[in-house]
Amino acid sequence: MSLASNIFNTSLGRKYLMALSGAGLFGFVVVHMLGNLTIFAGPAAINQYAAKLHSLGPLLWIARLSLLGMVGIHIWAAIKLSSENKRARKFQYEGTIEPVDSHRKSEIVSRYAARTMIYSGLIIAAFAFYHLAHYTWKVPQINGLNNIDFETFYVHDVNAGEKQIAYTTALPEGVGKEGENAVDVYRMVTSGFGVWWISIFYIISVGLLCIHLSHGLSAMFQSIGIKSKASQKLINRFALTAALLLFAGYVSVPISVLFGFL
Amino acid sequence: MNLKLKVWRQDNAEDDGRFEYFEALDISPDMSFLEMLDVVNEGIISDGDEAIAFDSDCREGICGTCSMVINGVPHGGQKGTTACQLHMRHFNDGDTIVIEPWRATAFPVHRDLIVDRSSFDRIQRSGGFISVRTGSVPDANATPVAKENSDLAMDAAQCIGCGACVAACKNASAMLFVAAKVSHLSLMPQGQPERNRRALAMVNQMDEEGFGNCSVNGSCEAVCPKEISLDFIARMNREYGRALLKKGCS
Ligand code: HEM
Ligand code: FES
Repeated sequence: MSLASNIFNTSLGRKYLMALSGAGLFGFVVVHMLGNLTIFAGPAAINQYAAKLHSLGPLLWIARLSLLGMVGIHIWAAIKLSSENKRARKFQYEGTIEPVDSHRKSEIVSRYAARTMIYSGLIIAAFAFYHLAHYTWKVPQINGLNNIDFETFYVHDVNAGEKQIAYTTALPEGVGKEGENAVDVYRMVTSGFGVWWISIFYIISVGLLCIHLSHGLSAMFQSIGIKSKASQKLINRFALTAALLLFAGYVSVPISVLFGFL
Repeated sequence: MNLKLKVWRQDNAEDDGRFEYFEALDISPDMSFLEMLDVVNEGIISDGDEAIAFDSDCREGICGTCSMVINGVPHGGQKGTTACQLHMRHFNDGDTIVIEPWRATAFPVHRDLIVDRSSFDRIQRSGGFISVRTGSVPDANATPVAKENSDLAMDAAQCIGCGACVAACKNASAMLFVAAKVSHLSLMPQGQPERNRRALAMVNQMDEEGFGNCSVNGSCEAVCPKEISLDFIARMNREYGRALLKKGCS
């Protein structure tokens, strides 16, 4: 078998794919969160940051396509591995897990996050699709706001005398053009998260992502073979800390909007 | 002590199987779990019924033949202990004990508590060996082995192939078993010539047998009567990656 077919067709090969694509996606969610946090530096900061990203052109497309590739590989491997796992264990035990050393029960029972990886993962995927439709494709029917279309949220950017003002001055409806003017991300986010049920949905989804990562970021080191009893404590602590920090970072935005800080 | 047993009964591989209830009366706390079953079986046989079929051989915790899930836990859940070495003093008078066979598609039930573990044999045959010329016994210390390596190899070699790891795993993954076997030989000088071939072959055979995949839960390590460490799975993942890079390209 060739290297590629070994990687795609064997259990351990797919675990490497899972771990590496997961690590790549983790990198993305970290950078994305840092980008989101620029909103706390004011409208100019986040709008400028978004304009910078959009001006990257081909680089942006390379990033988007590799993200899409990683998502594809991650989901493909996840479904494949999970269905094999289901097939490998068709019967569940009738006896509830009660070891004679009762304190060892927690070592034997698999943890919630580990047990639910495929479900947290699929829900994250569904949420990501909704999130793209909401803010990237700007589908007006799903933003929960009557007669408001994010497609009309643009700000002055080019040839403006003073940058600070330029990135915060809204263009009148119908004047801004996709690709020519900077998007008013600040207004989009503050009005978007002003809809309480969208914020709640977002917070729950991010929570699931972080549960996913609390197990995934630790499992990943095992899959690529660099975990050991000696490093396990450190790795688990890293996974938990990263998951909590991500949760705090992401959720701070809708919370601030809901409570009127933004 | 007196106990109630809820035991899986299945006539053969095709039978759907069912639970049956038995009473275990006048059991001494000093009996092993298997001795308790022997007592129950004597009663069943004297009633003219079919005894509960279960596997055992050494009854001293070294052969890996005894295999049963006791109250949802393979081997019953005493640290580092096989079912044959588990004593009845860990149970209380009046308890109901649920006894089931290993559950895994790759371990089909043969009869009652006996499963067919020949999938493990096929994995072992695919690469869990070293090819050496037979002859007289080599001189002691002719092949030096670093202390750390020999310790680790000994830890891995403790695996008795009982299959409790598979039985405990929610994915019925055999990775702890295969990891122990791959690691044990790859740590020794004698295992080097076939190192890459072994890792590839054993993992492929493991997949072919229909075992699931590790999702790093650690249940296997927790029930292993020989306390084989999860570290060996990480080592196998390294070994396999190494083998893929060296051999997979050809
Ligand atoms: C931004 C999104 C995501 C990130 C950052 C992420 C990250 C990770 C990481 C780091 C792992 C550990 C890999 C390993 O076990 O070695 C993992 C595992 C997993 N992911 Fe994701 N993931 C994401 C989305 C998804 C999605 C959309 C699915 C949908 C099916 C999914 C399903 C799984 C499953 C089932 C596992 C466990 C694999 C196993 O244990 O065998 N993930 N994820
Ligand atoms: S019968 Fe040999 S280990 Fe239990």
